[in-house]
Amino acid sequence: MILIVTTASGGTLPKSARELVSVARELASGAQVAAAVVGPEAAAAEMANYVPQVYALTSDALQPLRAEALTAAVQQVAAAAGANTVIMAANRLGQSVAPRVAVRLNAALLEDVIQVSGTAGAYEAVRYSYLSRVTETVRTVGGDATVITVKPNVFAVAEPQPGGAVTAHAPQLDASASRVSVGQRSAASGGRVKLEEASVVVAGGRGLGSADAFTALVEPMADVLNAGVASTRAVVDAGWRPYAEQVGQTGKSVAPELYIALGISGAVQHLSGMNRSKVIVAVNKDADAPIFRIVDYGIVGDVAQVAPALTAALKEAKGS
Amino acid sequence: MKLITVLKQVPDAEARIRAGAAGVDLDGVTFVIDGMDEYGVEEAIRLREAGNEVEIVALALGPARYEEAIRTALALGADRAVHIETDVDLDPISQARVLAQVVQQEGADMVLVGGKQADWDSAALGPALAEVLGWPHSDWTTKLELAAGSVTVEHDTDDGHESLSMPLPAVITTQQGLNEPRYPTLPNIMKAKRKELAKRALDEFGAGAGLTQITSQQIQTRERLGKVIEGDAASAAAELVRLLQSEAKVL
Repeated sequence: MILIVTTASGGTLPKSARELVSVARELASGAQVAAAVVGPEAAAAEMANYVPQVYALTSDALQPLRAEALTAAVQQVAAAAGANTVIMAANRLGQSVAPRVAVRLNAALLEDVIQVSGTAGAYEAVRYSYLSRVTETVRTVGGDATVITVKPNVFAVAEPQPGGAVTAHAPQLDASASRVSVGQRSAASGGRVKLEEASVVVAGGRGLGSADAFTALVEPMADVLNAGVASTRAVVDAGWRPYAEQVGQTGKSVAPELYIALGISGAVQHLSGMNRSKVIVAVNKDADAPIFRIVDYGIVGDVAQVAPALTAALKEAKGS
Repeated sequence: MKLITVLKQVPDAEARIRAGAAGVDLDGVTFVIDGMDEYGVEEAIRLREAGNEVEIVALALGPARYEEAIRTALALGADRAVHIETDVDLDPISQARVLAQVVQQEGADMVLVGGKQADWDSAALGPALAEVLGWPHSDWTTKLELAAGSVTVEHDTDDGHESLSMPLPAVITTQQGLNEPRYPTLPNIMKAKRKELAKRALDEFGAGAGLTQITSQQIQTRERLGKVIEGDAASAAAELVRLLQSEAKVL
């Protein structure tokens, strides 16, 4: 049995949940697929349109969601479902919970995979390493089970197969599940296409000069292209932009059709989060900036001049 | 209180990576202490400089070459170090089971470890270590404040960031933004040579053969066009849009 674990913090299933369904169906070959959905009952019902067995984890004890509580809940659902494989999205939550679950289940862990095949006990996965510069194949050689985290936006989203059953599951949590107390939270600003789901990304770096310049140069271009907005770590650290926009080793990893880098020099940590993009464009005044080594198209020039000209040209092209 | 900083030695981020038939070829590569782990070493030193009475122990599991990174941590301010020396490429889950034994033997109050390894691109060691120890954990930590018996942190989440507080002992995974690591000074590099560096063998910890194995590695190269578009802003922009439409076909 393959168990998908997903959260539905916004009330509906994230896109990654349907990507996980694709992975599970590919691996299932005879084995069944189940899903644990943390969030409102409606999200579990939505998941029942994709997998035959859904465990609804609606308990208030899981909100706000903490790694330890989710780990305990996943362990219990995995036991109830008789799962030997647990798969989760390789987002920040998944990256923190999956290793814990792997320890609990004495399982092998395959992290951030872009391909996976085989059967329980002998999976083979492809993933990136060395700051995304190397593609490696890893196989499981031990453990009682396997925990897999799946890189978002790599697998196709699954088509519905309605008719799944929903079972409520109330996790048994001990005191350790609530010893971390959650204080203030800040969420990302909404209104724009999600960075992880965008087919075009416009990104800005320190070379833009200021938070105001970032807003004035990046956002209009993103509007024209219906693009996601991304930032470098330096920009986030400077307080210009929110954390949720950060792309790189410590932020999100994206691979859109088109990535436009404005005023980004191209530190290897940033490149590791976007070097899989299909087409990369950069505008930077420094012709020797490392970003130009990985571009398809580069313009060496003052971003304050080039970006508005590019936005205007894109607008005209889109309008025609 | 006792702080343990776990560290790896990895290829310098700017170093060129090569791959041969046997996978990534690290011959002749410059190695450094993993930048993500360095934030943990720096944070431990800052906790001492803030007036807390702390002992800082650097802990590493890896081949003999790791000694250089361990000496760097000692030069930065760690008091002593433990090196589990092995050439076995143990997966992070199995490593956590080994490292946790040292943490327990030391009776540490906090473990600081990098959030994502620059060689294996793995974010598993910190959370796995917390789970083996049965401790709470803060991932992607950008701010840390110590109180009596507890720690308050700020950390990144998928949607933004939040503050957490948790009782000690705890595992903290560190990342860029937490602090600005210092460089070791020459006198401290000299002094570090006399600090205690205890060697342990992997056999002592009952580690198995591991749970996963890397079977092949290839350099990922995507052919890039590398075209530089000349001209003033307006004409370069127009030419770029034309190329994106007709050549790259992404508009």
